[in-house]
Amino acid sequence: MDKLVIAGKAYSSRLLVGTGKYKDFDETRTAVDASGAEIITVAIRRTNLGQNPEEPSLLDVLPPSQYTLLPNTAGCYTVEDAVRTLRLARELLDGHTLVKLEVLGDPKTLYPNIVETLKAAEILIKEGFQVMVYTSDDPIAARQLEEIGCIAIMPLASLIGSGMGILNPWNLQIIIENAKVPVIVDAGVGTASDAAIAMELGCDGVLMNTAIAAAQNPVLMASAMKKAVEAGREAYLAGRMPKKLYSASPSSPVEGVIGNMSGK
Amino acid sequence: MIQLIVNGQPRLVPSPDSGTDSRTTNEARLNIRQLLEHMGLQGKRIAVERNGEIVPRSQFDQPMLASGDKLEIVVAVGGG
Repeated sequence: MDKLVIAGKAYSSRLLVGTGKYKDFDETRTAVDASGAEIITVAIRRTNLGQNPEEPSLLDVLPPSQYTLLPNTAGCYTVEDAVRTLRLARELLDGHTLVKLEVLGDPKTLYPNIVETLKAAEILIKEGFQVMVYTSDDPIAARQLEEIGCIAIMPLASLIGSGMGILNPWNLQIIIENAKVPVIVDAGVGTASDAAIAMELGCDGVLMNTAIAAAQNPVLMASAMKKAVEAGREAYLAGRMPKKLYSASPSSPVEGVIGNMSGK
Repeated sequence: MIQLIVNGQPRLVPSPDSGTDSRTTNEARLNIRQLLEHMGLQGKRIAVERNGEIVPRSQFDQPMLASGDKLEIVVAVGGG
């Protein structure tokens, strides 16, 4: 079987999904299930001091026994905030060490700050975390993050929440070609074809949130993304035909066309 | 009363021994479990940081909280 292996565990689904921006927990759960994702990201936030104690929490709806949770550092702009957030996540999830690190550089674009990301990754890896890292599509940054021990490299396709699709397939290809750890496109996917293209490029997986949650029908889009990732992966494994400007070799036989007086 | 900073907000929490004669000793100290109960967070899946350090759940019964302590109490929420 063609499995995605992350931190020694094999997954059937190559689609990873976020759990933010849904209308309610019911929609979150239904969309996650329609996506077939086994790895789901969660954010770590201060308890809402005014919240109703009877309200269910996200982990009641998406229990860690059923999904691999990937706590993230969304919203962190410094090494310190990112590291503290993931230490809290590890405590919250009973020693769980698989995390998604992102250290952002700018609130407008949410572009990653690679210098700070490298520093935070180094600290976390020393502390025993298994770091899946959000990064730009810079092949050198990707290489450095892999060298210091990140277990998956997650370059953006385009900016977080932009839905702009894959803007630099060539850089992604270089990253994929060089990496010995899984490469997962994270951020920028807008619709199913974007996910399929990422997989056809040879990515090991795709991580998305807004593309599903902000669709008119999130559950239907989750299902579309599941198929797109599967289709893209199969196309990659199948090996596409070479592109040519035109072909002198039609798919139907050249001989035996009716009305041909030469008898051929 | 104990004055804490919880999730960035000042918060007065009754000290556990208020009423008894603890004035001559050090200020009575609160443990994390009592604080969580006071906040209605008992039984919730949360994690706690005190003055920048994680407090493991195994230490929730230790009377460690004193006035001026800064606490962060977090949960998992939806995110991408």
